[in-house]
Amino acid sequence: MSTVINGVDNLLFTGAEWDFDTVRRIHDACEEIARKELGLDTYPNRIEVISAEQMLDAYAANGMPVLYKHWSFGKRFARHEGLYRKGFQGLAYEIVINSSPCISYIMEENTALMQTLVIAHAAFGHNHFFKNNTLFRQWTDAHGILDYLEFARGYVAECEDRYGAPAVERMLDAAHALQSHGIFRSPRRRAPDLASEEKRARERRAHEAAIYNDVWRTTIPAAGTPARRAEEERRRALLELPQENILYFLEKSAPRLASWQREILRIVRQVSQYFYPQMQTKVMNEGCATYVHYRILTRLHQQGRITDGHYLEFLQSHTNVVFQPNYDDQRYSGFNPYALGFAMMNDIHRIAETPTAEDREWFTDFAGKGDGMGILREGWAAFRDESFISQFLSPRLMRELRLFHLADDEDEDAMRVAAIHDERGYRRLRRALARQYDIGRMDPDIHVMDVDLAGDRRLILHHRVLERQLLHAEEAKAVLQHLADLWGYDVVLKEIDATEDRILKEHHAAARPGIVGG
Amino acid sequence: MHIVDRRRNPGGKSLANRQRFLRRAKEQIQDAVRDSISGRGMKDMERGGEVSIPASGVKEPGLRRSGGGNREHVLPGNKEYAEGDRIPRPRGGGGGSGSEGSDQGSGEDEFRFALTQEEFLDLFLEDLELPDLAKKRMVVGEVSGFRRAGYSSSGSPANLALSRTMRNAMSRRIALKRPKPEAFDALEEQARQAEEAGAVERAEALRVEIARLRTRTLRIPYIDPLDVRYRQFAPAPRPIAQAVMFCLMDVSGSMTEGMKDLAKRFYLLLYVFLKRRYKHVEVVFIRHTHEAKEVDEDTFFRSPETGGTVVSTALVEMRRVLKARFSPEDWNIYAAQASDGDNTASDNDKTAGLLASDILPACQYYAYLEVGREGDHGPIGFIPRETDLWRLYTSLRGDGLAIAMRKVRHRKDIYPVFRDLFRKGGANAAASP
Repeated sequence: MSTVINGVDNLLFTGAEWDFDTVRRIHDACEEIARKELGLDTYPNRIEVISAEQMLDAYAANGMPVLYKHWSFGKRFARHEGLYRKGFQGLAYEIVINSSPCISYIMEENTALMQTLVIAHAAFGHNHFFKNNTLFRQWTDAHGILDYLEFARGYVAECEDRYGAPAVERMLDAAHALQSHGIFRSPRRRAPDLASEEKRARERRAHEAAIYNDVWRTTIPAAGTPARRAEEERRRALLELPQENILYFLEKSAPRLASWQREILRIVRQVSQYFYPQMQTKVMNEGCATYVHYRILTRLHQQGRITDGHYLEFLQSHTNVVFQPNYDDQRYSGFNPYALGFAMMNDIHRIAETPTAEDREWFTDFAGKGDGMGILREGWAAFRDESFISQFLSPRLMRELRLFHLADDEDEDAMRVAAIHDERGYRRLRRALARQYDIGRMDPDIHVMDVDLAGDRRLILHHRVLERQLLHAEEAKAVLQHLADLWGYDVVLKEIDATEDRILKEHHAAARPGIVGG
Repeated sequence: MHIVDRRRNPGGKSLANRQRFLRRAKEQIQDAVRDSISGRGMKDMERGGEVSIPASGVKEPGLRRSGGGNREHVLPGNKEYAEGDRIPRPRGGGGGSGSEGSDQGSGEDEFRFALTQEEFLDLFLEDLELPDLAKKRMVVGEVSGFRRAGYSSSGSPANLALSRTMRNAMSRRIALKRPKPEAFDALEEQARQAEEAGAVERAEALRVEIARLRTRTLRIPYIDPLDVRYRQFAPAPRPIAQAVMFCLMDVSGSMTEGMKDLAKRFYLLLYVFLKRRYKHVEVVFIRHTHEAKEVDEDTFFRSPETGGTVVSTALVEMRRVLKARFSPEDWNIYAAQASDGDNTASDNDKTAGLLASDILPACQYYAYLEVGREGDHGPIGFIPRETDLWRLYTSLRGDGLAIAMRKVRHRKDIYPVFRDLFRKGGANAAASP
């Protein structure tokens, strides 16, 4: 690169064309701003240039670079391809993988300016978030994920060879149906370590013939006696009941599964667990990345490293990204995490540096303390969407977004406006929005409660029903069928009102012989 | 920081998943593919296309809430609401699935996606093969012809490869630096200006230069015999990669639209099927009443006609077209005749004669499709009278002539009948009602 600082030689690129040198220059320029001015701390970057078809491939596999084979990914591919070919859906400009090194896929069709935008967004924004956010640190193993996925793909392929594709497919179908409940939601004692996971999988297979499951002893004391109660207690402890992670429970305790089937359950739940933090941090993650790209691109423009024309191109893309349609707009489909996130990041920075009297009253701990970037970095590290919103959503932003809160009770014939953006409503509004992002409320709360060992080995699950929101009956039936097949005996799912302790509904399923277990 | 170029990676990473998906939903997709042919013209059949299948077959169930109960929403863009206002539920959304459903939600009842041409035809024609006519026709599967065999520096003027010659000439001219005409114009202009300016010596020098270039131009010809190339041909056996399909149909008043639709579907299938086998497939439509005419596809299926029914006229017309355009040496000939079975009694002998002497010997395959009205079964226990043509063709088959015969009454029978006719290892010539 030229050493001339002024004039056109300072520009990172001219026009829309780019080559690998350009990408490297862009990356280095972004990195300098990200580190020195924004204080970001990232994994090393790996930038991979891909074509549109490869982007569709990546979509189909939830953005993972390698994944085992299953028809549902083919279905997803067919859907996206159809939408894309007909022009209903554009493709993302990038996909970023929470791994170390952090892999960003960028599309070859992007202009040089778009590459700058996506590098700033993904390779620095998302990357910083992945590395620093506590949920990601706690739940995911960025160093091991790629190797684990490689192992998983190899393992599933090996099973297909050995046991036949239909058997593996049935197993994956069943596991996928339960994958939303193949997650540990409360923090575990130690951070995940996927590298040793692979090793342990091999060891498990090695000594698995020696497994003796004490639970299946046949002598049972008479009902009601203290001995029986003690026995029940002991059994629950052994089976680790109640258990929220249904896949984990089946993997450990289902009596009729072969070891490879347990391993497949394990793979599906590991992948599921890997995505768990992403589900809880959509707003923050996108907000962080969007805020970072906005800061970096603006700074590059100030430094004279991108032209006015390119800056306008950037502003146009950026504006599209952070567009939030109103609730009565045809385009409305919930909150745009980019919009809400970016607005909150901007707002926090403003409160830290130039607060109003209202802000000082609401955010006593940091309003006017300066160092907006530092506050943001701390926020990005410590929170998830739910707590972030309940902590940082300001009255001013609620007014700007003109938020209002609707209560929609099935038993009433109309919806009621419960709160709006006024003095009386701010706190309730903020709590309600935060609840909307509470993962505990998004997924139904279902636990494996007990096994009727004395009787017919029936598996008993409870759904703690919040606000009378029952499960989708038809889907629950299909899932329960899969569950019964895996368990090998009957299964019952009771939907129990969380406040009144009253059974609202029961779903039953009986195992079909020969579908999964032996 | 590393940059990796993945674009060169082998594509089709999702292919294995796609195949699994197609296998999974095979039955539904096959149904959808078969349904989709009704909306297509004959020549459109070879394209791939979009099909939709019921989502139930490829559903991925999950433990989700159904909506309902006591829910709350926080929404942006409040305009006039104040706390405590009551708002009627939006239509369709009353307690039902809200906008926050997942993208695999249960709302959709159809799953649309595009199949490639290959996949489409594979599904469409699965398990079918062309009738085994090898015994009869294998010898004429190939004809000798010429194929291109590069270039040579000698040959007949008719085979002059003009563009190759000009290319050689051009590269030679560039290599030898033959002056271009524009260069002369420019030098002449300079010389003229020099004269006007009175620079005599300069003008003189330019004139000398021009003369030198002119001799150079003469020495280096525009096209040299060295440049000339001729196309070369070598004799080579060539398989017949073309087929013609004759569609014969009775369009007299007794043929209803429904019957014609049945016939059309059969022709469609046959066309697609042939298209898979041959590079080039021609279709000839001949319709007849008491006289026959070759027409285009639209007229064939659409415009009504009145008159009697004389089948032999169609065969005569077919023979004429065969003679004029499709010699059996160069073409694989297939014919399918659709009729409701009527024929003028006096015409039967002539029809039989034409078939036996002229038509069948030329054809790879001759199929007769008798179309009936839906529900045209008569009372129980009553055996429907066999039609004139059916009886005639049955007797021809008795004489050892290869005619495939089927009866069809309903759209849903078309595909089974077609499958039956072309089933792998099936009895192709077997007649059954």
